[in-house]
Amino acid sequence: MSEQEKSKGFKLETTALRAYTMLGALVLIWLFFHYATSPDCPSFKLLFGANGDPGIGWFRAFLDGWTSHFAHFFSFSWLKAGIFLSPLNLSNLMLQTSVTGILAVGMLMLIVAGQIDLSVGSVLALAGGVAAIALTNWGWGLVPSILMAIAVGVAIGLIHGILTAYGKIPAFIVTLGGLLAWRGAIKGVSQSETIRIADPTFKAIGQSYVAPNIGWILAVVAIAVVLFFAYRSAKSQKEYGLGEANYGSEFIKAILPVSAIILFIYVMNSYAGVPIPVLILLAVALLGVFITNSTTFGRYLYAIGGNTDAARLSGINTKMNILKVYMLLGVLTGVAAIVFTARQGSAAPDAGTLKELEAIAACVIGGASLMGGRGTIFGACLGALIMASLDNGMSLLNVQDFVQDMIKGTILVAAVGLDMVGRKN
Amino acid sequence: MRSIVKEFPGVKALDGVTFDLYEGEFHSLVGENGAGKSTLMKTLSGVYPFGTYEGDIVIEGEVRQFKTIRDSEKAGVAIIFQELSLVKELTVGENIFLGREPSRFGVINWSELYQKASQLLKDLHLPIDPRTPVGNLGIGQQQLVEIAKALSQKAKILVLDEPTAALTESEVETLFTILRNLKERGVGMIYISHKLDEVFTMSDRITVLRDGKTVGTEATIGLTKDKVISLMVGRDVGDIFPKISHNFGETALEIKNLTAYDLDNPNKKLVDNVSFNVKKGEVLGISGLMGAGRSELLMAIFGAWQGKTAGEVLVEGRRVSIDSPAAAIRNGIGFVTEDRKRFGLLLEQTILDNMTLAGLKKISGAFVTHRSRETVAAKGAMQSLRVKANSPITIAGTLSGGNQQKVVLGKWLLTNPKVLFLDEPTRGIDVGAKQEIYAEINKLAATGLAIVMVSSELPEVLGLSDRVLVLHEGKLAGEFTRSEATPEKVMACATGNL
Repeated sequence: MSEQEKSKGFKLETTALRAYTMLGALVLIWLFFHYATSPDCPSFKLLFGANGDPGIGWFRAFLDGWTSHFAHFFSFSWLKAGIFLSPLNLSNLMLQTSVTGILAVGMLMLIVAGQIDLSVGSVLALAGGVAAIALTNWGWGLVPSILMAIAVGVAIGLIHGILTAYGKIPAFIVTLGGLLAWRGAIKGVSQSETIRIADPTFKAIGQSYVAPNIGWILAVVAIAVVLFFAYRSAKSQKEYGLGEANYGSEFIKAILPVSAIILFIYVMNSYAGVPIPVLILLAVALLGVFITNSTTFGRYLYAIGGNTDAARLSGINTKMNILKVYMLLGVLTGVAAIVFTARQGSAAPDAGTLKELEAIAACVIGGASLMGGRGTIFGACLGALIMASLDNGMSLLNVQDFVQDMIKGTILVAAVGLDMVGRKN
Repeated sequence: MRSIVKEFPGVKALDGVTFDLYEGEFHSLVGENGAGKSTLMKTLSGVYPFGTYEGDIVIEGEVRQFKTIRDSEKAGVAIIFQELSLVKELTVGENIFLGREPSRFGVINWSELYQKASQLLKDLHLPIDPRTPVGNLGIGQQQLVEIAKALSQKAKILVLDEPTAALTESEVETLFTILRNLKERGVGMIYISHKLDEVFTMSDRITVLRDGKTVGTEATIGLTKDKVISLMVGRDVGDIFPKISHNFGETALEIKNLTAYDLDNPNKKLVDNVSFNVKKGEVLGISGLMGAGRSELLMAIFGAWQGKTAGEVLVEGRRVSIDSPAAAIRNGIGFVTEDRKRFGLLLEQTILDNMTLAGLKKISGAFVTHRSRETVAAKGAMQSLRVKANSPITIAGTLSGGNQQKVVLGKWLLTNPKVLFLDEPTRGIDVGAKQEIYAEINKLAATGLAIVMVSSELPEVLGLSDRVLVLHEGKLAGEFTRSEATPEKVMACATGNL
């Protein structure tokens, strides 16, 4: 029995290990940017002995660079002076994460089922554009316009799903076609012009904040829910004869999420409150966690992605489930389109370009396998946050655009490479 | 080949086999499934490289040490496997010279290639244009292209592994004409087949393998089919099968006139008008050689056959229409499929995830899953099947073969079936685990479950079944009760000699 318990602990450790490693990587990235964005931080160019002096001067500059960084780091003044971890910037960072994060949640479920969608950026533009036209040109109300965006997403998901699952055309091809075709569609519908949105309520979806005291009320509700689930999990342990109800350990496990909630609301309220798009992302992520962990549909997705034949022979309607997950991604793309359009205050025909790749990259950085069968919502959201952090931090540091792209690409490949090395061991 | 010994972890696949072949001889190699025929040929061709086996391979008086297939090809050995190894998108000519294209500085000399290819095809009297893509040819012609490819490598020893399995009668005739032709030219041929008729028409000598040992090599003239069959099966069934007679109830499953067609070749019947029934508490064994249509039969009943099917299925006397595995499960049929890694398991997921998959909605909840309920179910199945693993969240891929098989079995028992299909339930697992599975099958039958078991291991079928059906080329060739069924009769029936 003791051996059994030990190994159970070990198993939990290995699965949780990946999540902790990613959180650790995120913290390091954040600390680095915070350090680097403090106003009196020495230039990083010094580290490479810039100013093009080849001789001994180069080496001296190099040493000076390290010494000044060393001194600056241990003065710890950067902790206070850094810009990156200021409430204002964190609020921005979360806002930047929101659209990619919403898309990544849907993309993750699709990738887990062994599929891919390259077209979400174009679909986002089309859904947002149609909603904007409905709202401004056709005079539809707020709610019908929002539903319109979601309907566009679902309809396109339906088409993609039918073509891949029933038409047996590879997902890569179908959605590559979609990438082009839906972008073309929005250019046609909008006559290649940006549609300005006047409706303040619509714009508020992307631009306003939850009032601080309501933020705290939400925090209390969230904490209550976390504690309730901890309690229920401990209780059902006993109910089903799987051992004593261990309330203590369940509540210890709840400490991390509870403190994260409190810290999050505190930081957001220090600026202007929780941004509405971030709230939407959180709701979408929770929904995603629920679907992947606690529904038969979610389990079928992992089974289909893990071994399609075995899933089919176990009585799972693989085609129908693939169709459903495409439609679900369609819903979330519609939601992302509303948030994106509302944040911009306008719908441009080139909106959301490359968003599909950001969403896929977020899933992959978060440990999802493009072969299917593996990946978590938590990982995908963390992946989206890491991507946004790189964007945000490098922009604050005025890193040139082309360098940013190259660094992000490198990190994507490195993250997957490291993950595979870790998996082998 | 002298005293070849080849061991796999836990199994001695070849145990001192000696085999010889003269120039221009047609030598057949026969034996039950798993007797070691293919292993022997893979040793000969360097698929299992020198050093992984004991014994010597001697060709033209010289001991050879093949490290790769290329080495054996250079020595004049060519193997034509059951699964063809041609690239369908390339032309006949390209396939024949794949990897050995006549070229200069890396530029292929196409006219020379096609000229040589058409000469080769002409020598074989094959009316095939070397510029046709291989995918456009029928299976039979593809087989002949394989032979042309082997000859282009100047093969002196040609190994044919079940070459006629997918061929029509006229294609078989063409093949045999060509083989006779090659014999004249001095090519030695090793012919592996389950079809004793063909073996007797063509061979000069026949070697019988059994359990990795040579049982005998004799000239065909001195042999009869009965003699060969008895050499193939001559072995005690042994005591690992507890003789338990089951008490039958009423009919659980009845199949009427089931036919299943090949997916790629819609006119070819893989299962041809098969009818049978199985009663509650009965173990029905289905025997037959590879390709006799056994798995296809089960797949077709289960609604999982991808090609066209026809026929009636009655569960407990009620006619049901089963068009998908989900419908089969609803009607109380479970199916422990063959090849657990390919068709049975989610290798990267936990025992729990695997065990509850087929019955998820019943065990856990129609929409929202309930972890604790699933854990209870999985733990219960693990205990009753004695799955050796630390916990239900152990990853299935890390288990031993026997335990993996138990997980698949558990998955189906958790769907609460009335009829359980078992396809090769003990393939690739050790003797201890086999016995546990046998005991479990008897236990399940005692609870009134109707069991249909397909197995290539004759002792297993005879030891467990109350009744044995024998399939031969898709047709029901015989039916034996437990007391009638002897290895000789079943094998004779399976090879089409009854």
